[in-house]
Amino acid sequence: MITLFTIPTTFTLLLSLFSAGAIGSLCLFNHDELANRWSGIFSIAGSALGIILGIAVMATGHTGSFVFGASSFPLLSLSFHLDQLSAFFIFTISIIALFCSIYGLGYVRHYYGKYSIGALGFFYNLFILAMLLVVSSANGLLFIIVWEIMSVSSYFLVVYDRQDKRNVKAGLLYLIMTHVGTAFIVLSFLLLYKYTSSFDFATIKAGMALIPSFVKNAIFILALIGFGTKAGIIPLHIWLPSAHPAAPSHVSALMSGVMIKTGIYMMIRMFLGLLSPVPLWWGLTVLVLGSVSALLGVLYALTEHDIKRLLAYHSIENIGIILLGLGSALTFSALNLPSLALLGLVAALFHTLNHATFKSLLFLSAGSVIHQTRTRNMEDYGGLIKTMPQTAFFFLIGAMAISALPPLNGFFSEWLTFQTLFHGMASLNYWTKWIFVLSAGSLAFTGGLALACFVKAFGAVFLARPRSDSASRAKESGLSLRIGMGALAMVILYLGLFSGMVVSFLERIAGDLGVFRDAPSLIASTDHSQLGIGLNFASVSAPVLAIGFILAVGAVWLAIKYGVYRKQNVRVGVTWDCGTNLTPRMEITATGFSRSIITIFKGILRPSLQHDIEYHDAESRYLPKSRTVTLGVRDVYQTYFYRPLQRLANDAFQRTTNIQSGNLNAYILYILIALIIGLYWVL
Amino acid sequence: MNMTLIWIVQLLCVPALSPLCIGVIKKIKAKLQNRVGASIVQPYRDLWKLLHKDEIVSRDASWIFKAAPFIIYAVTLVAGASIPLFASFLKNPFTGDLITVVYTLAIGTFFLALAGMDTGSPFGGFGSSREMTVSALAEGGLVFSLFTVALVSNSTNLFAICATGQLLQGQSFLPMALAFSGFFIVLLAENARFPFDNPATHLELTMIHEAMILEYSGKRLALMEWASANKLVIFSALTANLFFPWGLAGNTGLFSIATGLAIFILKIVFFCGVIALLESGMAKLRFFRLPDLLIIAFIFNVIAIGLIKP
Amino acid sequence: MLKLFSKIARTSGNTISAKTLRSEQVEILAVGEKIQNHVKRLFRGSLAIRQIDAGSDNACEQELVALSNAFYDVERFGIHFVASPRHADMLMVTGPVTRNMAEAVRRAYDATPDPKIVVAVGDDAINGGIYKGSYGVCDGVESILPVHYHIPGDPPSPKMILVHLLKIFEGVDP
Repeated sequence: MITLFTIPTTFTLLLSLFSAGAIGSLCLFNHDELANRWSGIFSIAGSALGIILGIAVMATGHTGSFVFGASSFPLLSLSFHLDQLSAFFIFTISIIALFCSIYGLGYVRHYYGKYSIGALGFFYNLFILAMLLVVSSANGLLFIIVWEIMSVSSYFLVVYDRQDKRNVKAGLLYLIMTHVGTAFIVLSFLLLYKYTSSFDFATIKAGMALIPSFVKNAIFILALIGFGTKAGIIPLHIWLPSAHPAAPSHVSALMSGVMIKTGIYMMIRMFLGLLSPVPLWWGLTVLVLGSVSALLGVLYALTEHDIKRLLAYHSIENIGIILLGLGSALTFSALNLPSLALLGLVAALFHTLNHATFKSLLFLSAGSVIHQTRTRNMEDYGGLIKTMPQTAFFFLIGAMAISALPPLNGFFSEWLTFQTLFHGMASLNYWTKWIFVLSAGSLAFTGGLALACFVKAFGAVFLARPRSDSASRAKESGLSLRIGMGALAMVILYLGLFSGMVVSFLERIAGDLGVFRDAPSLIASTDHSQLGIGLNFASVSAPVLAIGFILAVGAVWLAIKYGVYRKQNVRVGVTWDCGTNLTPRMEITATGFSRSIITIFKGILRPSLQHDIEYHDAESRYLPKSRTVTLGVRDVYQTYFYRPLQRLANDAFQRTTNIQSGNLNAYILYILIALIIGLYWVL
Repeated sequence: MNMTLIWIVQLLCVPALSPLCIGVIKKIKAKLQNRVGASIVQPYRDLWKLLHKDEIVSRDASWIFKAAPFIIYAVTLVAGASIPLFASFLKNPFTGDLITVVYTLAIGTFFLALAGMDTGSPFGGFGSSREMTVSALAEGGLVFSLFTVALVSNSTNLFAICATGQLLQGQSFLPMALAFSGFFIVLLAENARFPFDNPATHLELTMIHEAMILEYSGKRLALMEWASANKLVIFSALTANLFFPWGLAGNTGLFSIATGLAIFILKIVFFCGVIALLESGMAKLRFFRLPDLLIIAFIFNVIAIGLIKP
Repeated sequence: MLKLFSKIARTSGNTISAKTLRSEQVEILAVGEKIQNHVKRLFRGSLAIRQIDAGSDNACEQELVALSNAFYDVERFGIHFVASPRHADMLMVTGPVTRNMAEAVRRAYDATPDPKIVVAVGDDAINGGIYKGSYGVCDGVESILPVHYHIPGDPPSPKMILVHLLKIFEGVDP
């Protein structure tokens, strides 16, 4: 009873903390330091409260539904519904927001004097507030309102650094794409309204039986496109690689880590919650989209030499992996295998949480590096591990986690996804089996290519010698930045080591969705440390792996150092250079590293090479003065998909302007026709 | 026999046998080249000498260069202890899963590639680039061939797969044969053998694995070479025990363990012989032909999955 | 591939025997530092050689390459050639050390970890040989590096090189 009362109060307190932070920093727009402190303190406090609220709801199992008074619109009710799934997403958003805010306290300092910190604080707090409202709203109209607030506030954050023209262009593209997505979402909600006469999610769920199946399919497609634009599924992803790098780093971390997950949240809510039971082809479509996004995302990431664009493409890849889990959950629930569907959903949710943590960590460390070297180009970095050792270590933890190396958390969510796909391969009929086989193939290749990409990223940024002056003069980042990154690294380690416990917790959360009530669980976690599937089918234990590695490394080191030859001497020398002087130009560059893979996949990636030569004597063209080689990757989506659509739309609109002929007689004819049709309709 | 003793044998089996396997491969290749060749225990002497030499570390290197050999070696130890070697009852529900073993070995590849880039040597840099390309494409074939075997025996735990003794019989013969060919191609790729890489080359422009360890000396070099030998034994053990799971010790009796060990060594030496024959009979492929071969391995396994009757 | 293997099976072995090599009478020219006992013990089982061409006329290189063929087969003694000075125990320098290669030879020496042996192979490397006194050479390896052994000859035949190597390898007391 008491808990039910305190959920609304805590939630209101949460909202008011963020609102106070937003409005307060706007008022303090003249005082940079004060605005930064104010917004930082309130966002930290709000995030901490969000974490507590999320854990409390997940631990006690209570769900809270409440309405904030009556609104003036008849269809809009400010109703919220905090069930286990919402609490999980509130927890994820808050934990990332907490560490990003701590990081932001120190990071925002370098915007002092250039732009208005008050505005940054306002939009930042508004953004987090809107995300929290998105995952807890229970009314369609309220959802669209807060979705818009979220998109618009993130637009302002993307174009915050407006002196760089690229950021402004990126913001415009982002605004257009997100509104295209919102249009599709609004269409799907309108269709739902038409058949159930309400925007409230609870009423819609109750009236689901009345909706004919072709309407459900239409709603599925519209919602998939709409939420897919926000999540960044290929081919709706074109805004992601330009918008995420443009924002300040702690905002990029939030956008990449949690904002795109709100699309996933709503997909789970709609497909597994509202619109269930689902037909088979929905799950298969999501699986195919997931495999394509994962593979293409990582291939495009390999072509990048801008560190933040590389990380943005990896977000697309990981959304693909989450969709693999979600798609298999949809497929299994269509085939009446609720335990396997539960497994798939748990894999998707675990990967959501994991990706939020390691992607934010990677963006925060990249932000530190960019802040110190004033450039985003990986070809100018190098040797930073000696001047920024802690940032390098945190980036290494993030890189190992995203490449799914045990015993960190990324491995366990990919393990669960593999197990789900494997069960799909083992137990299904012919056509679905082949889609599962191809999805598993895509996941296997994605894992290997992601490993290659992060060797390239870490190696080019931190290892070897500095390739430019700014890299050699870099210094370690400030304390609050390191605290934010370090805390995230600890969360990654914790989630990895205690993955058994986390997964059994997540299973309870996923099982709360109505479609999984009374599904027998396939996940067996003995002593909460070991993660097992089925009866002796598969198992892995995180603490044993971690302890095994540490013991093995320790034993080898001790044996070699003390057992074998004590009087050994280690001398410092120069890298073996075959007798010549090694310059920074002789190290491998980020572009050079991935050149082989780009050549292998050139059918998909369409690399372009342009070779310009300037000669000393333009007439004889014998002695070149300078050569410029420009390597690029053609943007196939804009060329073959969006521009034709745009041209088609423009042509169609051009034709309709012919109605305005300027001839008065024609206009009178139009009025007459409209009058006749109107009279016919009424009478 | 005491279980602790058996576990100690299991832990030490892979590191103890790996230089012998390298020696056997070199000896067979030498015989095929009409030479006498080094004795089969020569790699032990090489390792012993390297462990007693001094070391030179480049001033551009960071802690990753210094720590990588230990991490890579430890990873092969952990992977070696988790797979079925000579006994089928050493089932281990903690680390014996096939996906776990594949990604554990991937940790080794990760740190090896980073160590190659760490000193800023041009050879190490492009060695890392090539190694990651080959490894990324080989991963698909590797995971899938193991999946095929797991689908036939309905479990992803490696020991449970070995325990299903009916693998090469009846209806599962063709899928297993295809999976075996796919796995063998990946074995050659991951261990830097022909036709992917020549482990004895001196031409830096053709090196893949060797290029990354050009900067190492002394004990760290010994650990790197030993670790790559360990990896070869791990892959050979997986080939031997997943596809030909006969002769595994079933109980803890001394005679049973001894026979299991002997049969294991015979199987490993047989596979080393096959690798040596292949290396003497074919040439290394051009680098951009390697992805074709790796995708063929992947497709073999996809066909094998299609041929499995449920 | 089968034709290749059948051809291999039909070829008879013709490696020069180890006993004749060991019994050859040859005077080992050991100069410079005395090699200490623990170095001899260390290299008794395995020796890694890195060959440096310091501007030679390739005659000695041809003979050194011939060491690895099926007739002389240096690998059976545990000696093998390596690609990087970091992996090497012994540096075999050939050529009279041209001025352009002096720095490179010095760096290769610095890049080799201790304990190491330097052997000058061929008359050119010992004292300049037929290029002695020329403006472009430094007259032998000794002017750049501390040399431990000489192998005389212009060029020394592979058999001579092998005999010298075996004597060094098995620990000669100079």
